[in-house]
Amino acid sequence: MATLELGLDQDVAIVSVRRTRRLGLLFWTAVGWMIFVFAVAILAPVLPLPSPTDMDMLERRAAISALHWLGTDGLGRDELSRLAYGARISLTVGLLAPVIGITIGGALGLLAGYFRGRFEQLVVGSMDVLLAFPPLILALAVTAYLGQSVFNLTCILGVLGIPAFMRVARASTLTLARREFVIAAQALGASHARILFRELLPNVALPLLAFFLLGVAVTIVVEGALSFLGLGVPPPISSWGSMIGEGRESLEIAPQLAFIPAIAMFLTVLSFNLVGDTLRALTDPRQGAL
Amino acid sequence: MTAAPLLSVEDVSVDLPTPRGNLRAVDRVDLTVGAGRTLGIVGESGSGKTMLSRAILQLLPRKAKPSGRVMFDGQDLARLDGEALRKLRARSLAVVFQDPMTSLNPVLTIGTQLVETLQEHLDLDSAAARKRSVELLAAVGIPAPEARLMQYPHQLSGGMRQRVAIAIALSCEPKLLIADEPTTALDVTIQAQILDLLAREQRRRHMAMIIITHDLGVVAGRTDEVAVMYAGRVVERAPTHALFKHMHMPYTEALLAAIPKIDAAPHTRLPAISGRPPDPTRPLKGCSFSPRCRYAAGRCHSEKPSLALAESPAHQFACFHPIGLAAGVSA
Repeated sequence: MATLELGLDQDVAIVSVRRTRRLGLLFWTAVGWMIFVFAVAILAPVLPLPSPTDMDMLERRAAISALHWLGTDGLGRDELSRLAYGARISLTVGLLAPVIGITIGGALGLLAGYFRGRFEQLVVGSMDVLLAFPPLILALAVTAYLGQSVFNLTCILGVLGIPAFMRVARASTLTLARREFVIAAQALGASHARILFRELLPNVALPLLAFFLLGVAVTIVVEGALSFLGLGVPPPISSWGSMIGEGRESLEIAPQLAFIPAIAMFLTVLSFNLVGDTLRALTDPRQGAL
Repeated sequence: MTAAPLLSVEDVSVDLPTPRGNLRAVDRVDLTVGAGRTLGIVGESGSGKTMLSRAILQLLPRKAKPSGRVMFDGQDLARLDGEALRKLRARSLAVVFQDPMTSLNPVLTIGTQLVETLQEHLDLDSAAARKRSVELLAAVGIPAPEARLMQYPHQLSGGMRQRVAIAIALSCEPKLLIADEPTTALDVTIQAQILDLLAREQRRRHMAMIIITHDLGVVAGRTDEVAVMYAGRVVERAPTHALFKHMHMPYTEALLAAIPKIDAAPHTRLPAISGRPPDPTRPLKGCSFSPRCRYAAGRCHSEKPSLALAESPAHQFACFHPIGLAAGVSA
């Protein structure tokens, strides 16, 4: 009797499992751009590019030519080459800083949301303190004290990202920890570690990953802003932000020096957001179910 | 019903501190379930059924203050430390919940959830655990079990999900299964199937079961004993056939009368129980059902009746004016 009525929906359910939704041209363009930027960044040393730090004082702010595909900057350095090497810095910081945030913030949020009590109060309290601290002052203080370097910059941006990741993780853990599947697992004798890693983490990971890609986009912009203000990577290393900052001085004579890195940053950030949104919508197995 | 029962709940109360004062969710409940027996716990929403089941599992909300003893298999669950309790649960307890949507992990496939539970409990390698999962899914009446292993909970219908939840609960061969409103979220035709499935697996595994429900129709014919709860107390407790033959508690009678009858004329008014359950943060001095009881009189309002024995042993009820008996039976 039990198996009779189930014959009908069985075929339908199994066939419709595979996701057949179209991804669209926009998604693939974004993926293409990201692959291109990553490839250029990784391969910059082996590509036939001139050195990004070689100055040619006779060719300052040169226009686009066969020799300098994107022209030269105010010190006669090749713009394309600086853009490629700048991508290395911007992407390294942009990816590593959110990794710090997602690891520490995610872990703290998960534990706080699951165990509650004193620990949660402590975590939420210290995150509020961190949030209340002006980020620019923190960046100034750290770079003044420890010096400007890519590592320090990554750490500052990573630490500043922790509260946001903690909140996302804690919020979803709070709602999930009350769900019956957690209580059912406890009733079956699952340990805390098992519930945290196998029941809660896979659920919390989805919003965290979506937030991660957003974090990458935001960090690239913030790194740009800090470099623009002179708090970023030390010269002569270039990042997109510092290139925009340097280009500002000659905005009237050679606007392309600020606009080219700005366009590169804009397209990259846009691509991260687009891909992040699409992947989240696609990989969420709860779609339409909750 | 010989010697020590598998589960005995002795004088268990659960207090929940709330901003409006102390809320007594479960009030001095005594129950026993023998191995292989089925107990039905019936009561309307808020009568403390679910809190009682959580108290048995020792899975109460953090703020709750339980008291009394829960003896399971000769051990007092409240006295076990975390690790021992976890091991005991792993070996012998399981729950099935009302809503199969929330009782399965939405982002893991059915296979992952089953296989991991099996590996954890029975020390199987992954191939053996997979094979056992397929057997379990087949046992709970799921067609094409191999294919189902790859699917996510949202790809299954409500009835199927409940079957999967039952398969997970059965995976570790529990001695006691607590089914907390297992059929409330399902439509009527599926309800009977799920209840039949539970009964079949219970017989096969000789496991004890507690069915918690608000539907007297669910417990009739499927349980050995029924406890009726009202406002946190057990107000009547009897072997199932005795309860349906001679109920003594006016609340039980009112509950039964509130079930729609198939042979009633169209547009007949349902004899619903008037009023609402008492505010659990402000307990009444007398019988908690007295404000809604049509037999209430005199000391019903000033004194709490305790569970008393009726003419047949094992039939207990808490009422000063029991139906079908001479008045005056009391504490």
